[in-house]
Amino acid sequence: MPDLRNGPARLLVVDDNKVNRLLLTRSLELQGHSVASAENGRVALEMLRREGFDLVLLDMEMPEMDGFQVLEQLVNDRQLRDLPVIVTSSLEGVTNVVRCIELGAEDYLTKPVNPVLLKARIGASLEKKRLRDQQKELVRRFATPEVAQDLQDSGFSLGGKLVHASVMFSDIRGFTSLAESQPPEETIELLNTYYALMFNAISGHGGVVTVMMGDGLMSVFGAPMPLADHGESAVRAAQEMVELIDLFNLEREAEEKPPIKIGIGIASGEMVAGYTGTNQRATYTCIGDTVNLAARLETHTKVAQRAILIDQATRSALSERVTVEPLGQVPLKGKAMPVDIFSVGLEQKL
Amino acid sequence: MTAPTGSTIDRATFEALKETTGAEFVLELVDTFLQEAPAMLDELRRTLAAKDADKFRRTAHSLKSNSNTFGALTLGAMARELELGGLSKANENRGQLLDALAEEYSRVAATLTELRHA
Repeated sequence: MPDLRNGPARLLVVDDNKVNRLLLTRSLELQGHSVASAENGRVALEMLRREGFDLVLLDMEMPEMDGFQVLEQLVNDRQLRDLPVIVTSSLEGVTNVVRCIELGAEDYLTKPVNPVLLKARIGASLEKKRLRDQQKELVRRFATPEVAQDLQDSGFSLGGKLVHASVMFSDIRGFTSLAESQPPEETIELLNTYYALMFNAISGHGGVVTVMMGDGLMSVFGAPMPLADHGESAVRAAQEMVELIDLFNLEREAEEKPPIKIGIGIASGEMVAGYTGTNQRATYTCIGDTVNLAARLETHTKVAQRAILIDQATRSALSERVTVEPLGQVPLKGKAMPVDIFSVGLEQKL
Repeated sequence: MTAPTGSTIDRATFEALKETTGAEFVLELVDTFLQEAPAMLDELRRTLAAKDADKFRRTAHSLKSNSNTFGALTLGAMARELELGGLSKANENRGQLLDALAEEYSRVAATLTELRHA
């Protein structure tokens, strides 16, 4: 992907005033961009729907269709809603600026536009667009199509909300020593296969992988899309993950490679879910006690010598078909009181 | 609010414009402005007579923004007064502000033409 921050982009200048239009076009061309222009909002929308643009510089006061109307149309257009718009206006009043921002404008520049400021704002906007596109691509790869669509529809602007969901942490036991005992390329190949299998099981049960770290994965069931039986879905995914690893180990055994083992911890409850990060890097994530508990349970699988551990809330959400073994109360790091934990067996194949 | 007094064209603004966009381009831009501005002045009179407040304000707005581009700060400030004050401001003292605006524009046009040939 080209670096838009420094590279040329295709821009549309919308202004009814000829002097402004010429001036802005000239400034942008001098910055190396390819620039088209439109003299009112109606013409601009026609062009935007017909051709691909990276960014729009929009005047507010225009005949036929003004800037506010253009912003309204863009925000309701699935194809165009992510197109960055920088408002260039000499409109008086903070309320107008606020209205533009509320309607989704990325930035606001007062006319006459300072070229240095213009360059900086355009660079920042294009960079943000690039990151958004990248993030969308990541979400598309990691999430189910429904989740990806939901994120897209909400404009990636999830400010954080309280959700009921289940969180799963999983990783490969003793992965570091395994990685050190074999050639690096073999480790990467192993990780790729492992990820492919795990992602398949997780998204197959409605989960979304939110974090990948080394051999560790964090996934969420029930956010950003609500999932009625998120606890059971997470447990089913965990069972499938363990089964897939067992099958994978048969293959490895045939190649005379050591088997791998995974540990999975699941907890259910309320958590804050949302899009978080900085302009440079953002991610969808979940935060809260439930999340911490799931992480502790996963760590505890080593001690308990079990593949899948779940908390009481997840246990209560399970149907009777799932075999669960109570392991009693266990003190976990970060928890004042000991916590009831349960081990989940594999699904009985009848 | 009264228009600031000072030179017709703020040279620093004009020079900065030339420097950032190129002398040749500024010639073209000046010509465009000199072509468009008389129509804006006419439009202000027409919309005032027709009591078309919205169009009046929009025209004053355009004139303000173009004036400031070239450093015609006095003209810009007068246009801004009309933009903010609307028809009632323009009607004050029998349309004195519009007359003053037209006079200031003549000075701006003369100075710009001079600078253009400089």
